[in-house]
Amino acid sequence: MAQMNMIEAIRSAMDVKMSQDPDVLVFGEDVGYFGGVFRCTAGLQEKHGLHRCFDTPISEGGIMGIAIGMAAHGLRPIAEIQFADYIYPGYDQIASEAARLRYRSNGQFTAPLTIRTPVGGGIYGGQTHSQSPEALFTHISGLKTVIPSNPYDAKGLLITAIEDNDPVLFLEPKRLYNGLFEGDPHSPAKSWAGHKFGEVPEGHYTVPFEKARHIAEGTDVTILAYGTMVWVAEATAREMGVSADILDLRSLLPLDLESISESVQKTGRCVILHEATRTSGFGAELSAQVQESCFYHLEAPIERVTGWDTPYPHAQEWAYFPGPIRVSKAIRRVLEG
Amino acid sequence: MSEIGLPFKNGLKMSKRSNQSRLYVPEPPFRPGDKPDYSYITVPADHSPPRPDPMVDHHETSDHSLGLIRVMRFNGELAGEWNPGLSADTLRTALKNMSINRAMDDRMFKMQRQGKLSFYMKSTGEEAISCAHTMALQDGDMIFPTYRQVGILIARGCPMKDMMCQLLSNKGDALEGKSLPVLYSFRDYGFFTVSGNLGTQLIQGVGWGMACAYKGTDDIASVFTGEGATAEGDFHYALNFASTYRAPCIINVVNNQWAISSFQGIAAGEGETFAARGVGYGLATLRVDGNDFLAVYAATQWAAERARRGGGATVIEHFTYRKEGHSTSDDPTKYRPENEGEVWPFGDPLDRLRHHLVTIDEWDDARETAMQEEIAAYIRDAYKSAEKLGSLSTETGIDPLTMFEQVYEELPGHLKDQREDFKSEWAEKLG
Repeated sequence: MAQMNMIEAIRSAMDVKMSQDPDVLVFGEDVGYFGGVFRCTAGLQEKHGLHRCFDTPISEGGIMGIAIGMAAHGLRPIAEIQFADYIYPGYDQIASEAARLRYRSNGQFTAPLTIRTPVGGGIYGGQTHSQSPEALFTHISGLKTVIPSNPYDAKGLLITAIEDNDPVLFLEPKRLYNGLFEGDPHSPAKSWAGHKFGEVPEGHYTVPFEKARHIAEGTDVTILAYGTMVWVAEATAREMGVSADILDLRSLLPLDLESISESVQKTGRCVILHEATRTSGFGAELSAQVQESCFYHLEAPIERVTGWDTPYPHAQEWAYFPGPIRVSKAIRRVLEG
Repeated sequence: MSEIGLPFKNGLKMSKRSNQSRLYVPEPPFRPGDKPDYSYITVPADHSPPRPDPMVDHHETSDHSLGLIRVMRFNGELAGEWNPGLSADTLRTALKNMSINRAMDDRMFKMQRQGKLSFYMKSTGEEAISCAHTMALQDGDMIFPTYRQVGILIARGCPMKDMMCQLLSNKGDALEGKSLPVLYSFRDYGFFTVSGNLGTQLIQGVGWGMACAYKGTDDIASVFTGEGATAEGDFHYALNFASTYRAPCIINVVNNQWAISSFQGIAAGEGETFAARGVGYGLATLRVDGNDFLAVYAATQWAAERARRGGGATVIEHFTYRKEGHSTSDDPTKYRPENEGEVWPFGDPLDRLRHHLVTIDEWDDARETAMQEEIAAYIRDAYKSAEKLGSLSTETGIDPLTMFEQVYEELPGHLKDQREDFKSEWAEKLG
């Protein structure tokens, strides 16, 4: 089994699909000759040709628009948005067009496209390179939104996304690209090498949507997390010696409600984590779902641990980030409740 | 400048003062109560802007963005280099397509007023644009229309009954009532699903054209917008990407002077033509009399050949006038003089083609009467058989559960749950 970091796993997924299917092509800002600002597309142009991996104008609306037109014509475009913070000019094309094409035409036209974009903070990116806008997309019917937390899932989910016949937003937690991150920026960087999820098959495999992954089995509290926060949850619970049932949701829409309610009904306590701002964040949806399906099993109020309702600040990055202190306080509250 | 039909207010260039502190807000030349006078738009007497080779460098079409391609004189004769030399049979087909378009519009407008349809939009005065454009394209070319190009479907032979079922939102509607009337989708007739959001499909059409090139086919894409929505970013994305990747496509701007109640000056149309937007992007540009069937045909043919041979995209401005309201929900007498359309200096597209056919002795009153009778029967019969399948005002015959279909290819868990909830809600309603 090969060892890959998340960048290599993502690149491998595209390489596998481009080798298998001539209808798969990749484009975005700086993705061609240069290989992308995070190197996710490095070597793809050289291997598969200029017309299959190419640079686009700085125009997220345009990138989304051509992806839709190509997908409607039967191609399977993978469009990279350099940072999720830049996705908004393309929002209309995603929300009103890509996600609605199938419905509006009653299946005559579809948009089997994948949008890849890095999300989250932790790299001193400031307000415009750190945001987590997932909730703005999980509100859109017709779109799927997924987010891996490790190289193995990244490759499998990306291949599933490319093969899916509906538009998929594939969010890449950039803090996890090169290695595991447990929430303490001052501890030495951890590599994916040697980690079980850093073992990634070279060839084709898929990871299904609408299926959460159990990161840890426990009995005292359920922790719902995705992306960067999965490993903060895991490390914090381990450090606290708490028996936590940790679910990496992986697929936000569609959501694995079954695993969530099964877990919360078992533990009776639930902490929800995300890096994005709190108000109307995806945690609000998760909290509502848990309340609806597990109310009579709950022993304590549901806790949400999130970023503050401020823009993502630069110098105060680690004051903003929902790190181990905020997470452990919530776990403690929910256990006491 | 007025010689080439530029729509400057009163034919005058805007005067500018230094340190002008008052905000300038453009106003149309005429408002209700005014007597419209288009004498400032001089119809060009010169019918010969040159017709360059379609593979010419785009700079050589810059002047065409300021001129106006015309083929039909008002006396019924043809003139100039752009005459596409169509047979009398083709011209009669064209006249029939445009006449069907107008008859359908009139009938559907009445049906809406009688409460049979929830909504309708006419394309009166603009029939030549969609019909000529489509007739000059090939069947494999995908057209990304706005809501005012039903002539595309007529010219491509889409059955009238199928269109009417869409308008009635009944069980014969291929879209199963999911879309507003007029927002058709007919993939089999190369008619892309119309979005109600303006401008968004321009860049999608460019992507479709890029896919044609990627796949190595000879097909092209043709995209439409009104002049109003050229103000959307999507228009500029389309021009930029079309130029960058030499996408095989045609970008059509139908300048019908009005975007609901806003005249074209509100979309920065006072100082420059819409075709000229393409010049800065390095695209070929043509400006055409949109009420002249042959001119639209010729311009389309030129642009399609350029796109198919690898010359990239052309921006075509179709200069015309929206004779009716924006939609059945609009009352144009509230914002413009009632008879503007009648005094529009470029005449009516159907009258002009008919006049030409009569002039060359290929049409007469008897044939006109016979054709109109045939069309009336066609529209009447199609409507009757469509109405039998239901309507929004009576019973659509569409299973409401179809609401949950085609959101995704397969129903995810949460939609399955909601579908079940709805089933019990519906059962309760039916008692």
